[in-house]
Amino acid sequence: MAQATLPPEVLDDAKARRYSADAAGLGRLRAGAFVAPALALISLFLVFPALWVLYLGLSNYRLTGAAAAAPQSVGFDNFVKALTDPEFWNSTWLTFEFVLGSAVIGQVVLGFLLAWIMRDRTGPLKRIVEGLVILAWILPSAVVSFLWVALLDRDDGTLNTLLHSQDFAPLLDHPMLSIIVFNTWRGAAFSMMLYGAALGNVPPSHLESARLAGASGWQQLRDVVFPHIRGHVLTNLLLISLWTFNDFTPFLLTAGGPDGKTEVLAVHVYQVALQGGELGYGAAVSTVILLINLVVAVFYLRLLRSKK
Amino acid sequence: MRLRNRLMGAAVVVVASGLGLTGCGQSSDGGSGDTIELTIAQNSIAGGKNAAAADYITNWVIPKFEAAEKAKGKTVKVKFVPSGVDDEQYKTKLSLDLKSGKGADVFDLDGIWAGEFAEAGYLKPLSDVVGADADNWDGWAQIPQSVQGLATYNGRKYALPVGTDGRVLYFNKTLFQKAGLPADWQPKSWQEILDAGDKLKAAGVPVPIQINAGTAMGEATTMQGVLPLLAGAGGQLQQDGKWTGASQPLKDALGFYEKIYGGSGLGDPKLQQEAKGRDKSFQQFAGNEIGILLESDYLWRGVLNPETGVAKMADRDQSVGYALIPAEEPGKGINGQDFVSMSGGALRAVNPNSAHPKEAFELAAFTLSPDGLKEETKNGNVRITPRTDVNKEILSAEPLLTYISDKVVPLTAFRPPVAAYTQVSVALQEATAEVVSGKTPDQAAADYQAKLEGIVGGAGNVAS
Repeated sequence: MAQATLPPEVLDDAKARRYSADAAGLGRLRAGAFVAPALALISLFLVFPALWVLYLGLSNYRLTGAAAAAPQSVGFDNFVKALTDPEFWNSTWLTFEFVLGSAVIGQVVLGFLLAWIMRDRTGPLKRIVEGLVILAWILPSAVVSFLWVALLDRDDGTLNTLLHSQDFAPLLDHPMLSIIVFNTWRGAAFSMMLYGAALGNVPPSHLESARLAGASGWQQLRDVVFPHIRGHVLTNLLLISLWTFNDFTPFLLTAGGPDGKTEVLAVHVYQVALQGGELGYGAAVSTVILLINLVVAVFYLRLLRSKK
Repeated sequence: MRLRNRLMGAAVVVVASGLGLTGCGQSSDGGSGDTIELTIAQNSIAGGKNAAAADYITNWVIPKFEAAEKAKGKTVKVKFVPSGVDDEQYKTKLSLDLKSGKGADVFDLDGIWAGEFAEAGYLKPLSDVVGADADNWDGWAQIPQSVQGLATYNGRKYALPVGTDGRVLYFNKTLFQKAGLPADWQPKSWQEILDAGDKLKAAGVPVPIQINAGTAMGEATTMQGVLPLLAGAGGQLQQDGKWTGASQPLKDALGFYEKIYGGSGLGDPKLQQEAKGRDKSFQQFAGNEIGILLESDYLWRGVLNPETGVAKMADRDQSVGYALIPAEEPGKGINGQDFVSMSGGALRAVNPNSAHPKEAFELAAFTLSPDGLKEETKNGNVRITPRTDVNKEILSAEPLLTYISDKVVPLTAFRPPVAAYTQVSVALQEATAEVVSGKTPDQAAADYQAKLEGIVGGAGNVAS
């Protein structure tokens, strides 16, 4: 890599080349020795498992039964099966709804609103609000899910008790909405903190000038604040989209049900690979998920780069 | 400086993971010195699921077994590994443990998993793992052939049978009285169940009938729902080596679901979709909200049990009635029967990876000794044990289990003991889920057949 970027005339001069390509003066061997542990760890814990998943995806490997003892290669059958399986596309669509609803709209909007409202405030109110929002974020998933099940439960749920209603069952009647609201509530803290920090970087003088020029609140937001925090918005979107995309917590609320209506991809893989025992097929689905993740990441990174 | 810190960090990680690996390697040879360490795992936990079984292992088996081994000059330490989860989750955990060459030395599993575990190499024939001791165990002589069959796969014994069970229709006598139904109710056809449901509904019972459906209930849907109904309509899952597809008996069984959940108000469709639906059905039955419930004897001894149940019913013996599951119409069941049931049973296996298979087998056999079983089943925890000698003594005092052993076991049926069964079972659960959410029985049966063909290797293995 480094060599390819060197200008041609430097290549002629061996001495100059040594200094520019090897700034630390370590030499190839020693430099290699320094990065070797890192590369070994990356290979062991990232590259190898990824290749292993690819390999498993080409087999009929199962958790139990004869195919667990002696898996056979099935070529690309698993991938074909995944891409032609309506359940897979259903899960992909549900995941898209979940990411769009809870991350791109829910967490970003709620997080930004909280940061915007709290931006000039000081004192206990701000600290209490921030504390509560962050608490929702740092509590363990299992604990939080249990609380939400207790809140939304159809028979003795807190919500039903408060509303004096009978048989109001959000987890069964509006399962997707339930997990979207849940995840918005749970993850808004990250966006709030990130936007809070970003808003602090907007020069007050710019806002002042805009106000003097008669800009409305919305105009200030659009023309002064947003250009300053655009990078933060995209980074935030990238991170929370990918987190939400791979989030398994909805399983703790609905177990993918009722009838697969909340079976997002992370849950789908768990169902087919571990509950259903089809490890080979599950690996193929995981590979497809990995590719979707890459596409999402590349899309955001492109947007981020295009600001320059 | 920073570079050095990072390198140090990497070195620490490498060393730590190295230590972790050697640590794992050593743990499998079972401790140091002369002490033999054994673990025993079950899906039971003190104060929760199958609490009586957990208490039996912790309070009786472990101290007595350790003492008995001590008398033989061996120092044995036994550790109990409890679980209190749905059977499907327990199975996942168990197979992951076994896949990685670990797991408890002695573990319980549902008999129907034996085939797929054996195929995967997670279970090996007892005589291969343990040696001649397994075949010479004196308990075999006391275990009926049908129960031994639960532990047998391709003609070889893979584990010790823990017992057997049977399914009946439970009904709430208090609610029946309110609806003007007899306390000695015994329906003779499906229509009579529906008629009773109508009367219960008219009397204001919230959930007149609960027949498990949907995927959330897992195997409970198949065993306490589809299969008894299928048998009642004269159908079998597998016949003469071929699987049964969208047959008329299956359509009849799914049609019965439609009559209960398709808007008649006789059942609660939402309960079938809830993640914890079966646990709720237990609570509702114990809370006098369900009129009729198809369940196994586990409901009686493990759920409603006034002492150790998970949904205790103090007046269980007075207010819970039970009846045989009728065929669709008299004589229409499998083998021309008027009444049907399904049975299964748990197994207790020795881990092929165990470092001490002989002692592990001794432990498993010890839990099934006559003294042990009598201890386990005392104080109202009676169940049908594998041993006829013990059953003769303990069952007479327990009306439901006598009923099951005398009336149900003779007419019961078993699931096909093949590795593909569990996948077929999931397809059946999905068929019931489709009916509950509004599809026609014909459509659900056709979808089932399509899935079945995928599971068992093509349409050639399916008869419709």
